[in-house]
Amino acid sequence: MAIVVKRPKLTFGEKIYLSSIFKGMMITMGHFWRALLGKGTVTMQYPEEKWDENLPEYYRGAPALVTDEQDRERCVACQLCEFICPPRAITIIPEEIPSDDKWAKVEKRPQQFEIDMIRCIYCGLCQEVCPEQAIFLRKDYAITGTSREEMVHDKSRLYEIGGVREGLVNKWNELK
Amino acid sequence: MEWIDIAVTLIKIVVLTFMVLLPMIAYSVWAERRVAAKIQNRVGPNRSGIPFTKIGLAGLGQPIADGLKFIFKEDFTPAHVRTGFFWLAPALTMVPALMTCAVIPFGSELNIAGYKVPLVIADLNVGPLFIFAIASLSVYGIVLAGWASNSKYPFLGGVRSTSQMISYEISLGLSIVPIIMIFGELNLTEIVKWQDSNGWLLLPLWGEGLSMQGWLLWIPVVISFVIFTVSMFAETNRLPFDLPECETELVAGYHTEYSSMKFALFFLGEYAAMIIGSGLAVTLFLGGWSLPFGIGSDLVDKPLWLGIAHFFSFIIKMVGFILFFIWVRWSLPRFRYDQLMRLGWVFFFEIALANVFLTAFILLFFNNR
Repeated sequence: MAIVVKRPKLTFGEKIYLSSIFKGMMITMGHFWRALLGKGTVTMQYPEEKWDENLPEYYRGAPALVTDEQDRERCVACQLCEFICPPRAITIIPEEIPSDDKWAKVEKRPQQFEIDMIRCIYCGLCQEVCPEQAIFLRKDYAITGTSREEMVHDKSRLYEIGGVREGLVNKWNELK
Repeated sequence: MEWIDIAVTLIKIVVLTFMVLLPMIAYSVWAERRVAAKIQNRVGPNRSGIPFTKIGLAGLGQPIADGLKFIFKEDFTPAHVRTGFFWLAPALTMVPALMTCAVIPFGSELNIAGYKVPLVIADLNVGPLFIFAIASLSVYGIVLAGWASNSKYPFLGGVRSTSQMISYEISLGLSIVPIIMIFGELNLTEIVKWQDSNGWLLLPLWGEGLSMQGWLLWIPVVISFVIFTVSMFAETNRLPFDLPECETELVAGYHTEYSSMKFALFFLGEYAAMIIGSGLAVTLFLGGWSLPFGIGSDLVDKPLWLGIAHFFSFIIKMVGFILFFIWVRWSLPRFRYDQLMRLGWVFFFEIALANVFLTAFILLFFNNR
């Protein structure tokens, strides 16, 4: 059953468009004068004005590694993030923690942890998959460099961005 | 012609085209971007001012930066184009627009130490006809671009442009026939002189314009003005009629395959046509260089200050008209193609034709001259 769409009956004034054209022109003129007087402009002059304070809680910026309260690196080099990373930006080389180390019971840590920020798509899957809560997405978004090598964040740089994270974060279930 | 006349003409060509028209083209692009930004609650280009400093000058350096960018960009010619015509097309859109500025009177005359310099490059007796004859050549540039690009979007743009420009050429030509009948004159300088002493055609508020005939003639003049302005939008491919370019449907229309300075020539040619169109509209309907209310029209020997005032009067009117063009572009949506053709052939053509007879009737039966 076909539906018959009801066409609105237009009066002669509406058919020749002139009144609506005039109305539209007045609207744009109003916007023009308001903007000329400095009101209503929504543009933010980027490098001088930034929106950093207003970034939402869930903002996904550059991924970074964190250490815990005892200054232990949380990452245990399970490589889950490396496997889930859709653009394959993460490269981990694990190493065994020597038996005389304070944290010998943890057994593994990353020897090398590299995130290629040219490849990273800021999807946050690494943060979601990490069982140790070791990798988090920070709010840094202006990741720049003059060469490809500079854009690869190595372990020290990742810890520098990440810093210390205290306590556990309930990532999935708010009731826990 | 004496050597001094030749020298003065050369100087006028250089000054009026390269120091008045070309900067106006460049800065109308700037004005377009700024006004568009203001209308859309944005800022627009506001940073490029004096190089290597932070002085922005409201973005007045933008046209120069744009020009430099266009010159240094790679001039890429795709392998599938017909090279000769491909190279000819951009020039064919720019040159007619620059040529038509020869007959536009930019001012009355400059009285420099007793030597009177009329501010028009060529004082032809066929002013508007010359402009139409040359300006309609620019359609060849667009057609050639569309055809020589040898790909589908430019081709469609070229086809659309051809039919659109041919359709609106007719109503454009017919819309100024009443004007020419009123003036009985095709020389643009004489037309402006008449308006200087007898009231602008759209504002017959002084001189002979204040008569029964003058007021009656106002009706066909307004009809002519509306048809002329709308047809001018169509001729210059500006927004309510930008079907040839139409970036939402045809990528960029006829200049899809063009890059760097060749693209810039199309771009600037469009703006040059717009400026010349505004100049012609101002000359025919808004009294050209004349000052309002016949100020200084009774002086036979115009002093230098009056000549300069006339020049700026013309430029201000022209800028106002260009701003109107820009305002319309950022307010109105695009026509559908069949609506465009209908408007041109069914409405404007008939109305312009009837308008000729209406004017003739008024001139014949309300003759008080």
